[in-house]
Amino acid sequence: MKANEVPQDDANLLEGKTRDVQYALDQNGKYVTVKSVGWEPKNTALLSAWEIENEKIAEALRLVQEGKKSPIYYYMKKCLMDIKLLASYTGFSRFRIKRHFKPDVFKNLTNEKLDKYIYAFGLKERNELFKIIKK
Amino acid sequence: MKLEFDHKMAAHCENGVISNLLRFYGIDLSEPMIFGMGSGIFFSYMPFLKYDGIPTTTFRPLPGVIFRNTTKALGIKMHVEKFRNPEKAMLSLDQNLEKGIPIGMVVGVFHLTYFPVPYRFHFNAHNIIAFGRENGSYFISDPVMEKIETLTYSDLKRVRYAQGIFKPRGKMYYIEQVPTEINYNQAIIKGLKRTVTTMVKLPGPIIGVTGMKYLSKRLRKWPTKYGHKEAGRFLGQIVRMQEEIGTGGAGFRFLFAAFLQESAEKLQIAKLNDLSMDMTKIGDKWREFSVISGRLCKGRESSGENYDRIADLLYEIAEDEKQLYLAIDKTIKS
Repeated sequence: MKANEVPQDDANLLEGKTRDVQYALDQNGKYVTVKSVGWEPKNTALLSAWEIENEKIAEALRLVQEGKKSPIYYYMKKCLMDIKLLASYTGFSRFRIKRHFKPDVFKNLTNEKLDKYIYAFGLKERNELFKIIKK
Repeated sequence: MKLEFDHKMAAHCENGVISNLLRFYGIDLSEPMIFGMGSGIFFSYMPFLKYDGIPTTTFRPLPGVIFRNTTKALGIKMHVEKFRNPEKAMLSLDQNLEKGIPIGMVVGVFHLTYFPVPYRFHFNAHNIIAFGRENGSYFISDPVMEKIETLTYSDLKRVRYAQGIFKPRGKMYYIEQVPTEINYNQAIIKGLKRTVTTMVKLPGPIIGVTGMKYLSKRLRKWPTKYGHKEAGRFLGQIVRMQEEIGTGGAGFRFLFAAFLQESAEKLQIAKLNDLSMDMTKIGDKWREFSVISGRLCKGRESSGENYDRIADLLYEIAEDEKQLYLAIDKTIKS
């Protein structure tokens, strides 16, 4: 690949925070580094992976807002986790986490327990958990 | 406190941290050199190992392999440590920073607050360097980021104790001792030899160029065997493994070509320069493979672009690479 052929297909996947480093040949046939904002096939592959995840996340949000699942369930999907991974982050057993998916059980969780979820999901405050129920 | 630290970006995080750490101790090696000495080129197709129903294809060696190979070849003494207790892991980091030592760490990217959100998956083998601390935040040199980043104490602790596959468990490392004299040429030869071995000399059908041919054979049957949707999902995964941050199909070929070019000069072997150009052409073919595969999984292929076409292309690439590695073998032996 020549340096002037390094693709610059921006799909805002790097969010302007950084660029990829590519090695390519300059006019004298010497390897140099060129920064790139993206490349179409790569963008598409990443976007299709997200498409599948986003469907699951939207479905989870619907279940929470219909009162069928607790926000823990939604955030688990949003953080691309499964019960096993969430159990590892919180220290709760898988059985317990499944109980916390029930809106009635969730309502009565102590702050101490909620904080473990906040840590696992990387949230700033407990309020973020409750925010999504109302709509 | 903040150490005088020169941050340079890299195409692959593992190369990047090694290169940046070494430069701090006065050893200036380019990313391609680190990659080549560490024998970063790899390929394996493991249909029996499935994730989410998708067979595994990998274009990179296991995390830490390049690191180990390179430091060993250069005779650099590293200190590597894991901690059971997260507080102790952070304390040890602080104490070493106070001593003026930049510290490399293995972290998970999911909770890496400065990372672009679309790239935050539960991938736990990312490498970063801390080189200072101020007002409870750490200065971070992350080889895939353009600028210096910062992380708070709790955010850094969380990524050092990321959960899931390949838990880092607070793993940190730093350079203990740098030898007074380094035989670079020997390290280059060693890296080349190891690459030849993994890519063409290892037995079994799944590793190296034989692995590529195996994948080519299997991939041809995907649409009839699994249907177009499932085949597309499999193929999409290959493209992702091939071109995403830190992994590498074409990207790694260009890195290796750059390594061959630099080595030609260092070892005074002009033939390696020719081989570098051959590798560049192979890299271009890998890019073509990605482009057609990308269209295939989206159902946007033009005429003549089908699974047979990419299977043929992959076979051709495998054959080209085989000739190239054998030529390298012959060149360094003479």
